[in-house]
Amino acid sequence: MSEVTAAGETLTATNIMRRGRRPRFDVKHQPGFGFMAVLCVLMLYGPIVLLVTYSFNQNPSITIWTSFSFDWYVKAYHNEQIRDAAFLSLKIAFFASLASTCAATMAAIATTRVKPYRGLTLAYTIINQPLMVPEIVTGIATLVFFALIKQMTGIYGLGYLITAHIVFCIPFAYMPIRARLEDMDLTYETAAADLYATPWQTFKRITFPMMIPGILGGAMLAFVISLDDVVITVLVSGPGEETFPLYMIGAIRRGVTPELNAVATAFLCLSALLVTVFFLVTRKKKE
Amino acid sequence: MAATSSDAPVQETGLSRPELASRANDRAAMRRRLMLLAPAVLIITICGLAPLSIVLAYSWMQPAEYAGVIPQFSPDAWINLAFERDLFSDELLPNFAYYSIYARSIMMAGMTTLLALAVGFPTSYFIATRAPHRRNLWLFLITIPFWTNLLIRTFAIMLILRDEGVLNVILLKLGIIDTPLQLLFTNWAVSYGLAYAYLPLMVMPLYASMEKLDFRLVEAGYDLYASRFQVLRRVIIPLVKPGIVAGSILCFIPAIGDYVITSQLGGGKRMMLGTLIAMQFGPARNWPQGSAIALGLMIIVLIALFIYAKKVVARSNMR
Amino acid sequence: MSHFLKAALVGFGVIAGAGSALADGELHIYNWGNYTSPDAIAKFEKQYNVKVTLDSYDSNDQMLAKIKAGGSGYDIVVPSGYVIGQMIEDGLLAKTEPNQMENFKNMRPEFVDVFWDKGRHYSVPWQWGTTGIAVNTDVYKGDINTWGLVFDTPPELKGKVNVVPEMIDVINAASFYLNIPLCSDKKEDLKKINDLLVKAKKDWRAMEYSTIENMTAKNFSATMDWNGAAMRERLALPSIKYAYPKEGMASFMDNVVVLKNAPNMENAKLFMNFIMDPQNAALLSAFARYDNGIKGSHEFLPKDMAGAPEINPPADFKTYFPPACPQKVAETYGKIWNNLLK
Repeated sequence: MSEVTAAGETLTATNIMRRGRRPRFDVKHQPGFGFMAVLCVLMLYGPIVLLVTYSFNQNPSITIWTSFSFDWYVKAYHNEQIRDAAFLSLKIAFFASLASTCAATMAAIATTRVKPYRGLTLAYTIINQPLMVPEIVTGIATLVFFALIKQMTGIYGLGYLITAHIVFCIPFAYMPIRARLEDMDLTYETAAADLYATPWQTFKRITFPMMIPGILGGAMLAFVISLDDVVITVLVSGPGEETFPLYMIGAIRRGVTPELNAVATAFLCLSALLVTVFFLVTRKKKE
Repeated sequence: MAATSSDAPVQETGLSRPELASRANDRAAMRRRLMLLAPAVLIITICGLAPLSIVLAYSWMQPAEYAGVIPQFSPDAWINLAFERDLFSDELLPNFAYYSIYARSIMMAGMTTLLALAVGFPTSYFIATRAPHRRNLWLFLITIPFWTNLLIRTFAIMLILRDEGVLNVILLKLGIIDTPLQLLFTNWAVSYGLAYAYLPLMVMPLYASMEKLDFRLVEAGYDLYASRFQVLRRVIIPLVKPGIVAGSILCFIPAIGDYVITSQLGGGKRMMLGTLIAMQFGPARNWPQGSAIALGLMIIVLIALFIYAKKVVARSNMR
Repeated sequence: MSHFLKAALVGFGVIAGAGSALADGELHIYNWGNYTSPDAIAKFEKQYNVKVTLDSYDSNDQMLAKIKAGGSGYDIVVPSGYVIGQMIEDGLLAKTEPNQMENFKNMRPEFVDVFWDKGRHYSVPWQWGTTGIAVNTDVYKGDINTWGLVFDTPPELKGKVNVVPEMIDVINAASFYLNIPLCSDKKEDLKKINDLLVKAKKDWRAMEYSTIENMTAKNFSATMDWNGAAMRERLALPSIKYAYPKEGMASFMDNVVVLKNAPNMENAKLFMNFIMDPQNAALLSAFARYDNGIKGSHEFLPKDMAGAPEINPPADFKTYFPPACPQKVAETYGKIWNNLLK
């Protein structure tokens, strides 16, 4: 009996000691993980560094470096097809991510932190449905369906393509928002309720602000997914609706010029800027 | 919907309110939920499920002469998933061509998932254990590349992997090899490309569950004289399992049906499910067959997701 | 949230209201990617004050899927000859009677009575070319004018050959090599094709569309290819030569047709007439590097092109456009293809 107590005491002592010298024994440390993280970043940036470098290459061949120049940026800017395609992609991605994030936020509130109710699994399955179908199938199916609507109503336009994008963006926007909601501490909301806040006040003052990182994450994910889509866009797009990835596919087939590298670099800078803004905004919120 | 509350033993979500009022509240909550769910569910049902039923109908029809379908019932497309009439003797034989395509697709998607997990797990753990402001910086670093167009990134990978590409040039200069390696148009190139593309889908859920990891449990593990590896295996991994499962599913599904990256980096010599389906809607002019293969693939994915959904719902109930 | 919704609504309003009404009319062209000369389009726009939009597809099938579904909104598509017969039968095309147009006199006589449109009631040639082999003669010094490079790959080229994944072209080439009539429905013929392809594939590096990219980057040393692509490759890397296989080779022709429900029918007809002008046809060729079907256009071609071996086949060469095979044969081809790529 006394032995056990002794052992227990020793343990506690070690505990205290450990706590005292945490810098030397970091419980969070795992060997090699930092290395992997650095490797991961290198792996991610390797192709991109190459891309950016070659966008400043004078030589029209993308393999041979001659000298530094801005020629391809000028050329890309004057290439109307590239410019239109890039703007169209941004426009679609903007509206698709906006709409899908709204829908996903609402759906996440209704499906997270609730008592299980009839239809919860169904709702969950429906929201994730676009993830379950291979894109080519969604593409063909949507094409046939929209063609029917177009012929029946006589309404044409970019709305169809945006709608198709909204559909597959919803599950992507939904995931981070849901994850954020699930992780949120209920204490604040309970406290608000205890202080006689109405559910709406609680939502507006407590829940929603706490959800913002998740919502931003969801919106960004949706934006990227929309910006990258090829298969569905190829099939659903109407006349004059050539997005940047569609332009790219054609170019890869028949020979790439560094103009594309230039546009990609421009996209990259724009997104870096956006992410930086998000980054600063969320950080300020925390302080 | 009062039935709901009697269905399952009531488990409070943490909000303290009188039991008696709960039934009326439930009804109001239900209405609110339906309204919240409506936009997402409606748009997906109309623009996602309705077209899908067209595909389902197609899979039971006959292919038309030149693309499209003839509205006549035929189970051929579904039978063809497993059996085919032999090209030259008309016997009904197991469809080995398809079996190997299924197997290859599953293997490639599996390889991709493992690769993404192998890189994504340590990375997200590393990020989650940094000080909060550092964490954001790391996340920032990881996110940026995904803002470049996927096709362009795939193209950049081609620049690295090709015969006279960066990697071969470096290896040749270092004297490690003396003839260029054929890296492009191999299974490895495809896995690498897919893992690269879907890494954020792995890192995000992993990071989300690691961020909330309770390190007191980890500490308890060390107090019980566990080694770092034991703690990792017995404490950390079980705790972040939902993140691992979610990340793997998110990675696996698009990888198994992928068409764009596979055809860019794979050299197109071997077919995958995505290319097989695309081909049925293309040069093979057999839309019913394409529909049937696609639905078959979807059913597999659906089962996996359904199990996952059940698990997640069950887990959130326990809280 | 309501802010978001408001923003979204405003945004949709902006989109709905956007749309340029600068030109007198519009013309929506749906063509193969990187195939349309921007100069020709600019000239057409200026000449007729029409705003042209241009979208691209990468296979006849992709175009057909979209057109067959209906309501595509395009005026002009550019299908290969063998697809047009079926499109006419399906009632997808407008009978624009190009043979009555002013510039019809410029069309080369051998292209008037083509099998898909006898007498040219629906279609006007865009570009035509041949399907042969591009070879890097630095790597392979032997005789290049044979399909044997692809189907009995010599040792120098093993693992360096590419074959474009165009089912019909590959099977036709195999048929030429085996001296089998195209679209043969005889079982033993089909089996021979199947066995040849399966055996040959072991020596191939890839089955890729992006031949220009890979040939000039020296990832491939030989590839089954189209003559225009081969010319672009040669201009970037002079050691690349285009082969005319002695066993026989197929030609293709892509044609401008107008869709039955074209929103801008008159502009589409103007465009048909426009490209039959030798100078304009030369503009198209100067960009895509294929030949066109218009008499007298060669004198307007750029210097590096007029005498190019890729568009000036040897004297004994005969243009031959293989027709589409019957459904039954096409189905078997599909199976052979599946089996090849498994």
